Amino acid sequence: MPDGDGTPDKIEQAVRAVLGSLSGDLTVTEAALLAELEGLGREVARAKSEIAALRVEDINHSHIPTATDELDAVVEHTAAATNEILDCCEKLEGLQPGLSGEAADVVGSVVTRIYEACSFQDITGQRIGKVVAALKAIEKRVAAVSESFGRGPEPAPAEEERAPLTEGQKLANGPQLPGGGTSQEEIDRLLASFD
Amino acid sequence: MAIDKNTNVLIVDDYKTMLRIIRNLLKQLDFNNVEEATDGQEALAKLRAGHFGLIISDWNMQPMTGLDLLKEVRADGRLKDTPFIMITAESKTENVVAAKAAGVSNYIVKPFNAETLREKIEKVMAHA
Repeated sequence: MPDGDGTPDKIEQAVRAVLGSLSGDLTVTEAALLAELEGLGREVARAKSEIAALRVEDINHSHIPTATDELDAVVEHTAAATNEILDCCEKLEGLQPGLSGEAADVVGSVVTRIYEACSFQDITGQRIGKVVAALKAIEKRVAAVSESFGRGPEPAPAEEERAPLTEGQKLANGPQLPGGGTSQEEIDRLLASFD
Repeated sequence: MAIDKNTNVLIVDDYKTMLRIIRNLLKQLDFNNVEEATDGQEALAKLRAGHFGLIISDWNMQPMTGLDLLKEVRADGRLKDTPFIMITAESKTENVVAAKAAGVSNYIVKPFNAETLREKIEKVMAHA
């Protein structure tokens, strides 16, 4: 059961050590144990070669960084587009004083609805931030699995020195998915219950 | 009780686009004296240096969150009575309860509309 690089791995060494320690004929139990141990060694070797075939380094060195860069670009582009929309709205608002009563009201109402709708950028930005955090967590786990299967230590990011989280930071998990949070009406009722 | 629309309003959010949206919505509600901050620390510095009659803050900001800012405001002798509205995507009950315990005046969940903003501002300023 050689390792990927041709050197004997720990299980093979263990089998050899057990064999070396035995003298005389093996009992049925010893033979069964040895067979189990060898089988286990083969499974580990197979898992290692499968992990090697997965090219886990690509996940951490290429796929995840590319995915996070793409998501950052999504946030940047939607922010730029939203700001363009807001520029246009502010120009329309500037025309309002020169319009007749009804037309001014319509422009005002439509511009307000556009402002409200533009808050999508904030919500999507926060959701994408959560996806990036999830990808980084996967990256760490992949690195840990890779290292534990003897593929050599990957250049793991140094653990940051972190101050203890404040209550505000611990509770900052939004935005919630539809149905996972509380509606404005429920929040209003909850706040009123404290009065 | 009439609402003083000349009051200075501080809006706090780490998304510049969101600051711009809230500023524009406030303008439509005739609040024109609006200042901005992009996190709790910057907001606290502005609050301590100036005079504000209303704070509208996001929750999820670094390094100081909106909840931490609220606690600082309520612990400050000069600022403690300033109306404070949280506008946030944090919509879990535990967040609302924590904000109320810290002394929030009202709580708006994103996405929100101009009518909700107007209603909450009028409510908190009537009690100020």
